[in-house]
Amino acid sequence: MLVSEFLDTLSGYDIAGAYWVNLKLTAFAAVLALVLGTALAMMRISPVTSLRWAGTTYVNVVRNMPLTIIMASMILVLWPQLGLTLADDFATNFFRLAVIALAVYHASFVCESIRSGVNTVPVGQAEAARAIGLAFLPAARLVILPQAFRGAIAPLGNTLIALIKNSTVAAAASVPEISVLMREMVENDANFVVPIFLTIAVGFVIIVVPVGVLTTYLSRRLAVSR
Amino acid sequence: MKSTRVALAAFAAVGALTLAACSTAEPGAEETDADAGEEMTDDGEDAGDEGGDSGDMETLRIGIKFDQPGLGFQDGGDYTGFDVDVALYVTEQLGYSADQIEFVEAPSAQRETMLQNGQVDMIFATYSITDERDEAVDFAGPYFVAGQDLLIRSEDAGTITGPEALDDLNLCSVSGSTSAQRVKDEYAAGANLIEQPGYSECIQFLTGGQVDAVTTDDIILAGLAAAEGSGSLQVVGAPFSEENYGVGLPEGSDLCEDINTAIQAMIDDGAWEAAVTANTDGTGYTPNADLNPPEMRGCAS
Repeated sequence: MLVSEFLDTLSGYDIAGAYWVNLKLTAFAAVLALVLGTALAMMRISPVTSLRWAGTTYVNVVRNMPLTIIMASMILVLWPQLGLTLADDFATNFFRLAVIALAVYHASFVCESIRSGVNTVPVGQAEAARAIGLAFLPAARLVILPQAFRGAIAPLGNTLIALIKNSTVAAAASVPEISVLMREMVENDANFVVPIFLTIAVGFVIIVVPVGVLTTYLSRRLAVSR
Repeated sequence: MKSTRVALAAFAAVGALTLAACSTAEPGAEETDADAGEEMTDDGEDAGDEGGDSGDMETLRIGIKFDQPGLGFQDGGDYTGFDVDVALYVTEQLGYSADQIEFVEAPSAQRETMLQNGQVDMIFATYSITDERDEAVDFAGPYFVAGQDLLIRSEDAGTITGPEALDDLNLCSVSGSTSAQRVKDEYAAGANLIEQPGYSECIQFLTGGQVDAVTTDDIILAGLAAAEGSGSLQVVGAPFSEENYGVGLPEGSDLCEDINTAIQAMIDDGAWEAAVTANTDGTGYTPNADLNPPEMRGCAS
């Protein structure tokens, strides 16, 4: 009786649509963070001192800053005070600002994951690459990074899982994702507060568990056998 | 090697201290919780049997907003606002003196839970009476009828006259709130909506020029405008919804009738109107005269 009433309530909301927004945020932010994080990791292992210093500083500053602060500074400082507008449309603008905040934050974790992957590559590989005359960039591209990525799949998967869940922080940037929908549901249907929370939590479990299973499988499958 | 050992010992010591802190703190917390539960049941019985005798020193926990100037606002150790004024008047009529009242913050999303768990005895926190909420908790009142309205910069008065005039303009509201939902469903076709976690961000955008209007219930807007102080913001005064602010009570509470009587007394002796005026001072705001002062809707069962 009460259950069917609750399901009726649920059907009044576009829950799948709201999760879809989270997945889109995650997808765009993950690609950007991977690119930026890889570049940072290259900087941190490069032979140029100033690049190493810049990479280390970025990681230490951004990794130790709460994501909410980064998100809020996008929407409260960069957009209104510095006039950073990424689209004429309000909603698209906020979506892009949120993606950038997520990417900037998670890039530092991606960088550290890749660096942990680099540490799985024996020093002899780098020395051999040097010995056959490869400069830093070709050596990284052809020898180090392919092995490093295969060793970094598990930590990268953890970062992706964190990113999926952190995408709810985009609510602070006015992106209508699942946590905003949850607030609406609690506001309108206060008699079902606990079931609403559980439903949203279960939704995240359904999204995150396959990602965990897949990355564990891939990290075993693709591990470099030495 | 030696330094590792020292570090380990230090770490262990810190860990032990932290754990010790936990173990001493927890029973205390449980005790106060249990006490709160007992007090709750005591309150109910007393109020029923003796109509709230003021002789004993038990406290009444009242849930209010802490962050809405003009309605429920924590100002240092003091609490100000219309909700607070009504709460103090009503509880005085019920036989509680001001020092028996403990104000507790009741954020919107937690109001039902706080009543159901007995964390508060009643809630005066811009709590609109709706059918869904009525299933979870009881309501006395209403003590005010608000309506969704727009807050604009004073220089825009005359151009922005209501929600229909919002085409191509930027609008701010609090994410998840009923007002944001109504705007999205009915008026957002032409307007750009930005949803923020709180009204202070919206006010910042409004004064900074990023948005042209902030929307929520008129009396909340009036309180925000009064807090802003300079007279640069004003409420449009064309409400387009009806929100009946009720007093939230735990389900099955027997205080409802007494509270309704007290609210009626407050309206009759002029204290109600004085409280509205005092809390929206300097904004030129007047509540919707067709619906205010409100009629008590009577208590269920």
